[in-house]
Amino acid sequence: MTRLADLTTRGRSVRAHRPWPRTVIDAAVWRAATRRLTAGELALLGLWGEPGQVHMALLDEAAGRVAVLSLDCPDGHYPSVSAHHAPAGRLERALCDLTGLKARGAPDPRAWLDHGRWTLRHPLGAPVPAAGAAQPYVFLPAEGESLHQIAVGPVHAGTIEPGHFRFTANGETVVRLEARLGYAHRGLLARMAGADLATAARLAARASGDSTVAYGYAFARAAEAALKVEAPPRAVWLRALMAELERLANHLGDIGAICNDAAFLMMHAHCAVLREAALRANSATFGHRLMMDRIVPGGVTSDLAPDGASVLRALVGTVRERLPVLTALYDDTASLQDRTVGTGVVSTELVRRFAAGGFVGRASGRDFDTRRALRYPPYDRLEFQTPVRTEGDVNARVWIRIDEVSQSLGLVEQILERLPGGPVRRDLPAGSGEGLALVEGFRGDVLAWLRLDRGRVARAWLRDPSWFQWPLVEAAVEGDIVADFPLANKSFNCAYAGSDL
Amino acid sequence: MALIRDLAIQATQMTLVLALAPLLTGFIRKLKARLVRRQGPPLLQPYRDLMRLMKKEVVLADNASWLFRVAPYLIFAATWVAAALVPTFATGLLFSWSADLIAIIALLGSARFFLALAAMDVGTSFGGIGSSREMMIATLAEPAMIMIVFSLALLAGSTQLSSVATYMLSPHVGLRVTLGMALVALIMVAIAENSRIPIDNPATHLELTMVHEAMVLEYSGRHLAVIELAASLKLLLYVSLIACLFLPWGLAPAGSGGLALAIGLASYLGKLALAGGLLALFETAIAKMRVFRAPEFLGAALMLGFLGTLLLFVSRGGLR
Repeated sequence: MTRLADLTTRGRSVRAHRPWPRTVIDAAVWRAATRRLTAGELALLGLWGEPGQVHMALLDEAAGRVAVLSLDCPDGHYPSVSAHHAPAGRLERALCDLTGLKARGAPDPRAWLDHGRWTLRHPLGAPVPAAGAAQPYVFLPAEGESLHQIAVGPVHAGTIEPGHFRFTANGETVVRLEARLGYAHRGLLARMAGADLATAARLAARASGDSTVAYGYAFARAAEAALKVEAPPRAVWLRALMAELERLANHLGDIGAICNDAAFLMMHAHCAVLREAALRANSATFGHRLMMDRIVPGGVTSDLAPDGASVLRALVGTVRERLPVLTALYDDTASLQDRTVGTGVVSTELVRRFAAGGFVGRASGRDFDTRRALRYPPYDRLEFQTPVRTEGDVNARVWIRIDEVSQSLGLVEQILERLPGGPVRRDLPAGSGEGLALVEGFRGDVLAWLRLDRGRVARAWLRDPSWFQWPLVEAAVEGDIVADFPLANKSFNCAYAGSDL
Repeated sequence: MALIRDLAIQATQMTLVLALAPLLTGFIRKLKARLVRRQGPPLLQPYRDLMRLMKKEVVLADNASWLFRVAPYLIFAATWVAAALVPTFATGLLFSWSADLIAIIALLGSARFFLALAAMDVGTSFGGIGSSREMMIATLAEPAMIMIVFSLALLAGSTQLSSVATYMLSPHVGLRVTLGMALVALIMVAIAENSRIPIDNPATHLELTMVHEAMVLEYSGRHLAVIELAASLKLLLYVSLIACLFLPWGLAPAGSGGLALAIGLASYLGKLALAGGLLALFETAIAKMRVFRAPEFLGAALMLGFLGTLLLFVSRGGLR
């Protein structure tokens, strides 16, 4: 019996939940699960709530199994997970803001998403009109001689997403960094609740624009799981094709952008050209540069354009030709290496504890890739490697992304070669059920959960990989210098909108 | 009559540096953009930016003191005077007697002093960060500059720019190790002083990495225009200084006629273009340094200047 199955058998199983089990358990099992998280036997995938119930998604990495535990909390309280397992902290705070359910014994009672400017409190629970002015946010203290604070954002000098960063520094040395997010909150989940499937899919695709394919993909898979249907084979393969193209474009853009933060213009310019080539190929193939709304529950909305395959093969050829030159340029520029090597280090231990996915985890020795660990189709029939490094610095994250670009190129070729024929979309029954899906986006594992009630979305929840990566940014810059933060931060490139919902 | 002519040339020199400074900045920006296959802003964009800023309203922080409002003009005045003192196309100008290297360093030092003070005046964290970084750079750049001046002064027997330039033009200079070292050191100092890559990035949008830009973040309108113009002038000054000291060919000697002046002007423009091109090329091919590497960079400049002076002493037997 696996560590996870042991927990899921100690409660009432919810039949409608697919493909992994959901079990309604009592507080004792909830605490037992928390202990296993603390011990590092299980990884936390998500923590969310609805009126009167909290859900916790867990992963047994060794066995490649996922399960959801649900706890009824009629008195509006549940035993805190974050009291023993820090990665749950912000999820608990967001859960409280959205549904009003409180974690008993939580070390950090501050609000997260709700900055006191919403007209309603607990919009996903029992909404009450917000009363009183916004309370000032108290940042975590750092004590010592000659410390000073530097407040950055939420409006930045560049055109980037909004987020506030509070540094406590001693001269140039960062003693503590605390991020405050939630500025991009749009009430996505509240709008998804009660919406029809098509509208909800469109909303999910807008959680984070750079990961629109990953979100659409995860949401569609969750919806299909809930309805117990499968997308047509051609659609399954086209989805993977889009996911790899999205990864390709984002990695190419970010490799250049990281170099640009070290003021190395050449890499930025060349990578921007390649990213643009990828986006144009996307547009020519699927009719949208970012492939937004191309993946929907039931399949995909657009088949490959007639010349799509040749356009994509040309793109693969171009990138394959130029990437080694750029890699050599990156590797041979001493002034650039001087900036990236040894900057923003995250330890393997921390990455494991936070179960950080994507290149952040893989650059620090956590060999986890949803495509391999959960082997969802068509990745179970494709050949690819997951690059892993252990240094955990900016350089390692850049290299993971360079290696992933090569892997994605190979995947695109394989998919084009073996793409099955047939329809790309099927009609969906107006059924009920619950579905959970994990998909590997470019940042890491994107989780989507939803409950369908006769064809309409009753509840939905999306979890960006950045939830477990943002805290690592804070850890990575501790002891580094203030001026290196932008570079370290860019190498993580966490999502603001994706985690602000 | 000679006085009027000298006055006219000196006035030309003053207006010339002011008029050319934004063009040099625009030229470098354009070239950098072209080097990375971008279209880039038009050459004259810096002038337009200045015009736009001049027309705009000045937004002042509530707690800004008189210093904050006065500093831009002080900085501009000091930098302009310093830039006007460097012989650009002709030596032996009316104010040549005051065109002393040490005077130029002092003028730039005062400009920096007021900028750093004004940056801290409003009390934002970025101003403080910028000032502290600028001062860290200055504590090493200024001694390095002084060492360079010493070695040149020892060679030429004067710290007056016209005399040094005349000496450099004389046939008995030849190739000297000291001169090479002084040139490299001066270029390094010029890069640091002008907030160029790898010390600072003039085009960055990352607040936390800025040095010069962090100090002027709170400025707007005509104050910002004046500061920007002063920054352009400073870049022009350093290019002119390097050109005057190490490439003095074409400089019109004192009391020369129209043709010599025209040749002087043409060669000056050529030197500016050359320097701008080299700077753009260098900046494109290198990444910015970690802030704490700046002392090492400038330390090297200081050592070069020091070694240059020392070598001169030894070779001349000055220690005997």
